[in-house]
Amino acid sequence: MSVDLGLSPDQESIAELFNGFFSNEAPPAVARAAEPLGFDRELWNKVIELGAPGMGCAVEIGGGGASLSDLVVVAETVGRSIAPIPLIDHLAALSVLTESDLVAGEAIAAVAVRPADANGIWSLVPAGAVADVVIGVDGDETIVVRSAPPMSGPRNHGSMPLADRSAREGTRTILGPASLFEVVLDRWKLLTAAALVGIAETAKELGVAYVKEREQFGVPVGSFQAVQHGLADLPVAIDGGRLLTHKAAWALDNVTDGLIDWANNEITDGSTLATMAFLFAADSAVMATDRSLHYHGGYGFAEEYDIQMYYRRARGWSLILGDSTSVGLSLADLLFGTVEG
Amino acid sequence: MDFALSSDVVEFRDEIRSIIREFVTPEVAARMHTTGVFDAPELNLELGRRGILERACPGLGKGDPIEMYVMFNELEKAGAPYDGLAVALMIAAVVNKLGTDEQKERIIPSIISGEALVCMGYSEADFGSDLASIKTRAIKDGDEWVINGSKMWTTLAQVAEWLILLTRTDLDLPKHKGLTMFMLPMNTPGITVEPVHTLGTEITNATWYDDVRVGDEAVLGDENGGWRTMTTVLAFERGVMGGTNAGVPLLRHFHEWAVANGVFNEPTTRERMARSIIDMQVATLLTMRSAWIAASGGMPGLEGSMTKVFAVEAYQRASRWTQATAGPAGLLQFHEEGAAGEGFVEYDARHSPVMSIYGGTTEINRNNIAERHLGLPKSR
Ligand SMILES: Cc1cc2nc3c(=O)[nH]c(=O)nc-3n(C[C@H](O)[C@H](O)[C@H](O)COP(=O)(O)OP(=O)(O)OC[C@H]3O[C@@H](n4cnc5c(N)ncnc54)[C@H](O)[C@@H]3O)c2cc1C
Repeated sequence: MSVDLGLSPDQESIAELFNGFFSNEAPPAVARAAEPLGFDRELWNKVIELGAPGMGCAVEIGGGGASLSDLVVVAETVGRSIAPIPLIDHLAALSVLTESDLVAGEAIAAVAVRPADANGIWSLVPAGAVADVVIGVDGDETIVVRSAPPMSGPRNHGSMPLADRSAREGTRTILGPASLFEVVLDRWKLLTAAALVGIAETAKELGVAYVKEREQFGVPVGSFQAVQHGLADLPVAIDGGRLLTHKAAWALDNVTDGLIDWANNEITDGSTLATMAFLFAADSAVMATDRSLHYHGGYGFAEEYDIQMYYRRARGWSLILGDSTSVGLSLADLLFGTVEG
Repeated sequence: MDFALSSDVVEFRDEIRSIIREFVTPEVAARMHTTGVFDAPELNLELGRRGILERACPGLGKGDPIEMYVMFNELEKAGAPYDGLAVALMIAAVVNKLGTDEQKERIIPSIISGEALVCMGYSEADFGSDLASIKTRAIKDGDEWVINGSKMWTTLAQVAEWLILLTRTDLDLPKHKGLTMFMLPMNTPGITVEPVHTLGTEITNATWYDDVRVGDEAVLGDENGGWRTMTTVLAFERGVMGGTNAGVPLLRHFHEWAVANGVFNEPTTRERMARSIIDMQVATLLTMRSAWIAASGGMPGLEGSMTKVFAVEAYQRASRWTQATAGPAGLLQFHEEGAAGEGFVEYDARHSPVMSIYGGTTEINRNNIAERHLGLPKSR
């Protein structure tokens, strides 16, 4: 053990494989064509061939035995390409689900990131419109429900396949106490954080490429210092988010009884780091898409340009967990303990 | 990725922590605010006595950048005065790399024993960001150099034994090419030091050079190679010698006060605090990355710029909201009854602005990132 902040050779190949796959099979036109539902079955069938859906599952049950650090690498490529498939949700759900059709990807799993209401309804479940299986909390239990997906849902900012799902209708299994769900949610936050880093990365690349090409006053707009400085913040936020996300994965993979010693800036608790990474990556993706869109001038506002798709997903993929104050306060509870009374 | 320190670095860190506990008492930490000198001689001597300065010095001892990061990060988080130490160690590394054998023997032992400090004379009244345009002149006169001119912001000049001084030696060469760096004792005749008081309790200086005479033994690096020496200085700093986690002690001080005064249960305060803690983690990870790049044989210059831009603004954000949240108590200074965070909330609001100015301003760092990382065309 010693500090090593590079990807392993294996992870380099995973990144290359998935980036290559998505740039061939899921260029932005694919995400565009899948709107408004935000799901492309054919693309999902293709990632099945890569073994992606069961990648994080144990080898004994037909999975790929990948670590969370490996999954983070994959999740970032999903964000970079905004591929219209629920891979993040599926990989998160499979932290505890082991059915063979899920491992194979023949059935899709989603995570109800917020608990069911009094009537047992999980509202606006990400990937809920297309998932065969949903895992979430109902009362004080972690529940898994298998039921037919509606294949439609409310039109939304991020063109995500959202839908309300029942925690009580369909084939219902009680998996254990509500606390069991924490593992799933931690993984969902972690992988979403990685995907948001990917969104920010592409937004930066689109913005930088545009300002090098676009000329006004006889020079590339990227030679104006105001524009340069706005863009210069992006790689910083992206690298910071990537490091924090990888630290969270490393902690969830390797650390038991991690530290939450914020007063000395020593934090190695995986759950805490996953929430931190989620909040930071969400802010970074929002900032990166804001700025990149802005430096496209009027064209950034035109539907025809791709940056608007990233702009909407940066918000959609993060706000679906809850308003940013509530998520921030959930981190405060982890750091400082809950407020009594 | 692996975020765990190796076992010998953990041992090293624990040794640093125990030295801090023993030598950076609250009195020592508070003293810098009355003397205006951000340095703790007793700490430096102890680190020197234990061989830690030699061990940390790049090219000399083990010179592990990860250990360097750990040492300064621990000092910074503890609120220890470490600026003097950082400068001295950085310059010792430069002398070790570019100096003659004679210079190494004469200069380095005094620094790695923890006895001597170094001050840096680069900036002038008229040239800061545009450093390569400085005008202080050194002219060859037989075997000697005669130096005339003045420097601004020569921090630590009132206590340092050594001065590293950037001069112009050739007026005909392009501005980056006609510079020469000198390293000379501060007690060389002809040097005058005048204090410059600042917003943040630190007392820096203006320095004057009137017919200061030195021999070739004072030239550090090549004649007219001063810019290369300057680049070497920056390469050793690498952004791993503190300056990236200044918000950590502030948050600790603020929290103590907020809990004691019943304002810590306010959701807005808790959320802001949580977000600043995220910032502090990110800042330390970016710093650790620079150290790791250096440890792997790379030159993390650009990463240093990136880290600085982020870390400085994160500290400034923390300073802004802690003071705003404390209200009137955030206006009270050290030793005043009821001062938020024992006066640190007020102090950090005065100290934090300098962080985006010295050692290369935020704008200069953003220029670097835009040009060298994003590949955007040169502006200006
Ligand atoms: C407390 C303190 C201690 C210091 N200690 C030392 C020391 O020990 N030794 C030493 O040599 N120096 C020291 N300095 C000097 C410091 O490095 C300079 O202040 C700094 O480099 C900025 O230079 P300047 O003050 O001349 O500002 P200027 O260069 O005049 O800048 C003024 C403003 O213009 C902006 N600006 C300048 N150029 C550009 C550009 N190209 N693009 C966009 N914006 C630009 C700057 O960012 C800044 O906001 C110290 C300064 C302070 C305040």
